[in-house]
Amino acid sequence: MHVHFLDPYRPRTSPVHALDGRVKFVLTVAFILTVSLTPVDAWPVYVLLFALILSLEILSGLGVWYVLKRTLLALPFVLAAFPVIFTSGRTALFSFPIGSWSLTAHAEGLGRFISVALKSWLSVQAAILMAASTPFPELLQAMRAVGIPRLLVSMFGMMWRYSFVLIDEALRLMRARAARSGHSGEVDQKTGGSVIWRARVTGGMAGNLFLRAFERSDRIYVAMLSRGYDGDVRLLPLPPMTGATWTTLLAGLVLLALLLFFGILFWG
Amino acid sequence: MLYSPIQPMHIPDGFLSTLVSVILWIISAGAVAFALRRVGKDLGERQVPLMGVLAAAIFAGQMLNFSVTGGTSGHLLGAALATILLGPWPAVIIMTSVVSLQALIFQDGGLLALGANLFNMAVVGVTVSYFLSASLQKLARGKSWGVFIGGAAAAWFSIVVASLACALELAVSGTSPANISVPAMGGIHMLIGIGEGLITVGALAFLYTARRDLFRTGEVTPKGGAAVWIFGLGIALLLAVLSPLASAHPDGLEWVAGQKGFLEAARAPLYKIIPDYAIPGISNTTLATILAGILGTLLVFGVALGLAYLRRKKDSK
Repeated sequence: MHVHFLDPYRPRTSPVHALDGRVKFVLTVAFILTVSLTPVDAWPVYVLLFALILSLEILSGLGVWYVLKRTLLALPFVLAAFPVIFTSGRTALFSFPIGSWSLTAHAEGLGRFISVALKSWLSVQAAILMAASTPFPELLQAMRAVGIPRLLVSMFGMMWRYSFVLIDEALRLMRARAARSGHSGEVDQKTGGSVIWRARVTGGMAGNLFLRAFERSDRIYVAMLSRGYDGDVRLLPLPPMTGATWTTLLAGLVLLALLLFFGILFWG
Repeated sequence: MLYSPIQPMHIPDGFLSTLVSVILWIISAGAVAFALRRVGKDLGERQVPLMGVLAAAIFAGQMLNFSVTGGTSGHLLGAALATILLGPWPAVIIMTSVVSLQALIFQDGGLLALGANLFNMAVVGVTVSYFLSASLQKLARGKSWGVFIGGAAAAWFSIVVASLACALELAVSGTSPANISVPAMGGIHMLIGIGEGLITVGALAFLYTARRDLFRTGEVTPKGGAAVWIFGLGIALLLAVLSPLASAHPDGLEWVAGQKGFLEAARAPLYKIIPDYAIPGISNTTLATILAGILGTLLVFGVALGLAYLRRKKDSK
C-alpha cells in the first residue's frame, strides 16, 4: 500500500507492534473506559495508569517523545474545562479581584479540572499508541471482529484508501491557488481579494474536489463491477486467535479492572 | 503541521462523563444503523464505493482553507454540503466515516467521546442542515436562490447548533458550567459558521454551474425525509429552549440534575458495589498513594530493563 506522510503508522519491531490488532483495539477502548470511570480524586490510580501507558510507549520503541509531542493536539480543549475551577465546590482556595467582583477558586473545582486534563491526556496517549503501532487494515479487522457492520467497515476501508489520493488532490488545488495568487512578500501587505472573495474561491475548490471525487467513484464502481463485484463485500476471514493472544487480552482486561476497583475502593 | 484543522467541536476523551458518552454512543449507533439500511435500499451495490470516496472527499476538503485575518483561517466541516448534494441518509453515513476516521487515526476527538462527536456532527449537523435546506428550497419553488440561501443557512446553523449540543454535553457532564460553555462555544461557532457558510455557497455555486443535474430542485422530497425534517425541527427547538435556560441558571444543568437527585441515582449502582469503609488495615489513603507510586515506578523500570535486555540479546546474535 502507498505510504503517505499523513499515515500515523510507524513500523517497528516491538512486542506492541506484534500484538494482534484486535487485542490492541479492545484494550485501548478498555483503557479509555477505565480512565473515564476512575473517580475524580484518585490520583494514585492516575499515576498507575500513566505508568502503564508509559511502559507500553517505551516497549513499543516509538519513543516517549514522539507520543508526548502528539498529545499536544488535544491540549487546547482543556480550556473548555477551565471555568469549572471557579464554579464548583465549596472549599475556597484563593480569590483574586477583577474590577468590582472577584473570582474564587475552589478545591473541588481544581481537583475536577486537573482530573479532566489528566483523563484526556492519558486517553489520547492510548489512542496515539494504537494508531502508531497498528496498520490500518488491522484496525479494520478489529472493527469487524467486535461487530461493527461489515458494510460500514468496508466504507471505512474505501475511505482510508482514497483519502490519500484526494488529500493529494486537495494539496494540488491549494498549490495551484498559491501559484496564481500574487504575494508581495511584505508581512502586513494584504493579499488576494476580500475575505468573501477568498472564501468563494475556496468554495469553488471544494466543489471541484467533490465533483472529481464523484466522478472517480463512478469509475471505481465500474472497475469493481468488471472485476466481479456483485454488491456483496467479501473480506478475508479473520485470522484465528491463538492462546497467547487470548492470554494477553484477558491479562490486560483483568489489570485494568483491578486498577478501576482500586480507585473506586478508596476514592469512589 | 499540515493536517491541523483543530476543530473546537471534536471532544477529546476525558471531558464527558461515562454516562453521557454511553448514552450518546447508543443514540448515534442507532441513527447510523438506520441510515445504513436506508442508503443500502436507495443505492444498492453502489453504496460502498460512492460513500467511501465521497467521505474521503469531505475529509480532504477539510484541509482547504482561506486566510481570514491575523493568522486565523476559515475551513470546511462539510455536513451541510454533503446533505444538500446527497440527501440526509448518505450524509449521515459520510459524516460518520469522516468523524470516526479522524478519531481513530488523527486523535481528532476521543474514542469513548466518538458517540457524542457523531451525535453532534453526523446526527445533529445533518438533520439541522436537511431541515433548513429542504424547507428553504421548497419555499423557493425551484428557483436558484433556494439552493444558495438554503445552503448558507444550513451551513451556519449546522455548525452553531452542533456546537450548542457540544456545550450542553460538557455542561451535563459537569466539565464546564453551562453559563460559560454555551455562550463561549456558541459565540466562537457563530464566527466559524460564517466561514463554513461562505465556502459551502462557493462550492454550491461551482457545482450549480458545472453539474446542474446534481441538484434535485423542485423535486418532491425523498421518501422518509419527513422523519428527518421533524427530528431536525425538534432538535433545533430543544436546543433553542435548553441553551438559554441552561446558561441563565448559575450552575447550569448540573444543578438541575443535582436537584432531582438524578446524578446520584445514576452513579449509585456502580459505586455502591463497594461499601464506604475500606479493607481493615489499609484505611489510609496516603498508604495507598505510596503503594501506587512504588508499583508505578517498578513497572516502568521493569519494562525499561527488560527491553534493554532484549535489545542486547538481539544485538549479540
